[in-house]
Amino acid sequence: MKYLLLINAGELDLQDTPVGCEPEDWMRFDKEITDSGVVVASESLADLVTATRVQVANDGKRTVTDGPFAETREVLGGFYVIDVPDLDVALDWAARCPGSRGGGSVVVRPVAEFPGA
Amino acid sequence: MDQVEAVFREERGRLLAALARRFGDLDLAEEVTSEAIEAALTRWPVDGVPPNPGGWLMTTARRKAVDRLRRDQVYAAKLAILQVEADRPTPQATGDELPDERLQLFFTCTHPALAAEDRGALTLRCLAGLTTPEVARAFLVPTATMAKRIVRAKKKIREARIPFRVPGPDELPERLPGVLQVIYSVFTEGYAASSGPYLQRLDLAEEAIRLARILHRLLPDAREATGLLALMLLIHARRDARSGPDGEIVLLEDQDRSRWEQEMIAEGRDLVVAALTGRPAGPYAVQAAINAVHDEATDFAGTDWPQIVQLYDVLLELDPSPVIALNRAAAIALRDGPEAGLCLLDELAAEPVLRDYHPFALARADLLQRLDRVPEAIAAYEHALTLAGSEPEREHVRRRLAVLRSPSRTDR
Repeated sequence: MKYLLLINAGELDLQDTPVGCEPEDWMRFDKEITDSGVVVASESLADLVTATRVQVANDGKRTVTDGPFAETREVLGGFYVIDVPDLDVALDWAARCPGSRGGGSVVVRPVAEFPGA
Repeated sequence: MDQVEAVFREERGRLLAALARRFGDLDLAEEVTSEAIEAALTRWPVDGVPPNPGGWLMTTARRKAVDRLRRDQVYAAKLAILQVEADRPTPQATGDELPDERLQLFFTCTHPALAAEDRGALTLRCLAGLTTPEVARAFLVPTATMAKRIVRAKKKIREARIPFRVPGPDELPERLPGVLQVIYSVFTEGYAASSGPYLQRLDLAEEAIRLARILHRLLPDAREATGLLALMLLIHARRDARSGPDGEIVLLEDQDRSRWEQEMIAEGRDLVVAALTGRPAGPYAVQAAINAVHDEATDFAGTDWPQIVQLYDVLLELDPSPVIALNRAAAIALRDGPEAGLCLLDELAAEPVLRDYHPFALARADLLQRLDRVPEAIAAYEHALTLAGSEPEREHVRRRLAVLRSPSRTDR
């Protein structure tokens, strides 16, 4: 069963980096999860200011806008797609991910399965 | 409910748990469990009860699951696991009894990934064997609403693949409190109905006790599961004395203690001893101990208040919540007098949780009344009246107000 782990960065606080999500924590986590063989795909995303939104109206007109920028406190910073037996295992990986610390969160979304696909 | 149905209600949970785990799908498990029980209700009176009723039910249910799969290939593909399962030989030959897999089901139904409001409903439905309309009645919501909630929860279990498993020993301390919390919230909803015309909804409290008994049997060494069962029994033993003939509230101090159920108290007390023995006690065991002290007192004045305050001190350390601090303050008022209690309440008044909490407003009003600070007491009762949830709670406050406002008031 595949799950998408959406990693939302917490509010940036440059004063003190929260314990458990420093660069070496990320490197350690990435190595652990990769070595375990469950990773299907993973990326971290470039800074939010580089984001561009595309919408196509019913008449086919394309609108391209800068952003969207953070209206919410949480910003999607990256993701993993993992293939594990059940939700509990996925939640364990989410809890070990440094993104779940320091005010950040990891949202676990099962990937839809279509019979015969 | 007749006796046959009562037997099946117990069996239903076990059957459902075993099938849910085997097939990984609660819907299918429920469907074939009901069909198997229906078949038993028709066949057994004619053919006689089979020598191994549990095995008979299991075999029948499995056969029906396989039939269902043959009929519905799309469903079968969705549950690929089923194919493997359907071909496996029935394990019934190994013993007379079905393996009890209800513990797995407890952890699934109370999984933290499910909406909090759905956990109790699902637990009542799957483990207490209540029908959806019964669960809906229990939570005072329309059947259609409850049906939707149950469907939503089952869909999440299936599609997010919440497993049917017992957490390992290292996870248990983190997961068990969630299970206990669900059972206790079913109980408290039954004990002090948060809305509606009645103060107590005893059926719900009794279902919670039934669930706690099952859990205690499955996890005899889990001391907090023991503590929770003890707590509920020790409270429930007072149910008959707790409301008057017209459904009005009768406070602990005014209750006719001869109407307390001594057998239940004795059972609760034995359990509380077990829950308190050995390692440091958990919060349910300590709350149970507090209620045991109340139940042991022959009258209100004879209550061992110093011991109750001590137990609240322990409890507050385990669970430093404002609600517990409130109860501790009320106990201190009874040990040291209303002035001391009021002092503590005033310190707690700034707690956001307590600001609109009916019991807090009521406790404050009561202490002011005891201190004969009448205008303040009236204001406090008026505030409490706006916060009361059930009609008997409101009526209780109105009666107090009537006494205070009566011009002929001479007592107190």
